[in-house]
Amino acid sequence: MVALSEPTAPVAGDRRGRARQTTWGLALLLLIAAWASLATGAAGVSLSEALGRLISGEGLSLQDRVVLGQIRLPRLVTGLLVGAALAVSGAVMQGLFRNPLADPGLVGVGAGAGLGAVAAIVLSGLLPAGLAAATGMYTVPIAAFVGGWAATLILYRVSTRAGRTSVATMLLAGIAMQALAGAATGLLVYAADDSQLRDLTFWQLGSLAGASWAKLAVAAPIIAIALLGTWGLARGLNGLALGEATAAHMGIPVQRVKNLSILCVAAATGAAVAVSGGIGFIGIVVPHLLRLATGPDHRNLLPNAALLGASLLVGADIFARLVLAPAELPIGIVTALIGAPVFLWILLRRRGLLDM
Amino acid sequence: MIDARQIEVSLGRRRVLNRVDFQARAGELTAIVGPNGSGKTTLIRALTSEIGFTGQLRINDRDPGQLKPWVLAQLRGVLAQSAQLAFPFTVFEVVRLGAEAGGHAGPEATALAQAALARVDLAGYEGRRYQALSGGEQQRVQLARVLCQVWDAVTPEGPRWLFLDEPVSALDIGHQLQVMRLARDYARQGGGVVAVMHDLNLTAMFADRIVLMEAGEIAATGPVTEVLRADILSRVYGCRLNVMGAGGDAGLLVVPAAEPV
Repeated sequence: MVALSEPTAPVAGDRRGRARQTTWGLALLLLIAAWASLATGAAGVSLSEALGRLISGEGLSLQDRVVLGQIRLPRLVTGLLVGAALAVSGAVMQGLFRNPLADPGLVGVGAGAGLGAVAAIVLSGLLPAGLAAATGMYTVPIAAFVGGWAATLILYRVSTRAGRTSVATMLLAGIAMQALAGAATGLLVYAADDSQLRDLTFWQLGSLAGASWAKLAVAAPIIAIALLGTWGLARGLNGLALGEATAAHMGIPVQRVKNLSILCVAAATGAAVAVSGGIGFIGIVVPHLLRLATGPDHRNLLPNAALLGASLLVGADIFARLVLAPAELPIGIVTALIGAPVFLWILLRRRGLLDM
Repeated sequence: MIDARQIEVSLGRRRVLNRVDFQARAGELTAIVGPNGSGKTTLIRALTSEIGFTGQLRINDRDPGQLKPWVLAQLRGVLAQSAQLAFPFTVFEVVRLGAEAGGHAGPEATALAQAALARVDLAGYEGRRYQALSGGEQQRVQLARVLCQVWDAVTPEGPRWLFLDEPVSALDIGHQLQVMRLARDYARQGGGVVAVMHDLNLTAMFADRIVLMEAGEIAATGPVTEVLRADILSRVYGCRLNVMGAGGDAGLLVVPAAEPV
């Protein structure tokens, strides 16, 4: 049918090759970050020695087994998953809103998820004992997901009209929702008893320090399913960049893409918030850097964002553990220190975005 | 062919299309013309399922409302009046999205994108950022994207369709002619073209049939010489218009008079 000579030389403006090379580079970065994370910590454990003994079949000492297997490894896996979840959620949300400033943490989705999590911690005592036992440790992540989902839905309804998203409305609605969720969270904290308060404070700090296999058992499948779900959204989000009407003309099932995007963002953000508290700006910084480097095609952007987000959060966690050692800095402070200036930089470079 | 019957569209309480019957044949360029607010764009939006309507619509004897979006995308391409684009895509990336929407992949999609860019006189623009182009260049990039989506004017399933909403509104006269020739050639290859037009002289030059709209209804429809008549045009547009030079290669010329009717 199509009788055209197929091009052999690379085409200008075709960034797919560069994006694939970047994927390999990011995978390598991820391995380095993972190794550094396992090798870093208060207890002096030599990772290469431990690995050597594992491979030779000698077995680990009890201390190594506990430090590596029960403390550092779950912390590493949590960091990887949360970092990937936050970065991919940011990229999907930006694709959905057609704007590089949309981020679940900034526009109230994180706050909504937080409200859900806090409500679950405080109100779980009110549940009938049987139901509480049945839902058990799933309550917090599921409540966080519901909170994040409701927030995303409200945000989309408020700021999008006739297929166009007003960024100013979106950011202002985000502020209002943050305030509302914050007030409701405050009320719940006020009503909490002492043991719940300890849970809350720990969780609100935003840290990977509480990572455990038990928490991961709940959050990891949710994040994994949400990330896999976004895989099928890439083409749809590419089409949405041209506007909803054009996307539909190009054969994209627009409503389904939008609904699935909101579900994935809410699930990934909710689960991430449930295990690590509020960690901001990964969702802004990572997709923005990748768009600059390899372009906005979501088929490359989403997987690369997962790799870079995971590496960046693990790196930030290493930094947070080292800088005040033996004390730990909350990781949310580190990511905000990196991310907030980047956010301002995007604003300064492209002020026109706010007028859309 | 496209067969639309009793199409009605209401925005709020106002009826913007009133029982419109519209037909377009494959192999022809059908132009929709009419004054501002007469319902041209609303009609093309209804024909492309972009807005809700009542009435009956058939494209190649199929009901577009019953087709999956990706099947419909193989049947017709649509160039909207204003094209937006979020994120810094390159020209090549935008056009290749069209080729992929048309079911092409790999090197074939790449070759199509390059061929389409050449057709709209933008060869060599592949690496440029879309946002950095002028309005007219952006419009041609979008046309290349649409063209890629329905590149073969006829497939074993039948003719394909191009819907163009004011395809030359931002173009200089040279590129206006080029784009209109491109649309006409698509029809000559057996495809169907439906274009909303403002310029009556370009319409006279390139259209096979004209649908003239007035206040949400069809005022006249038929071959160029039957619709582009001084009496009809003057009444519908509310100003004095002369039509010169019937027939011949130069075709008709619509000349406005400075004074009102």
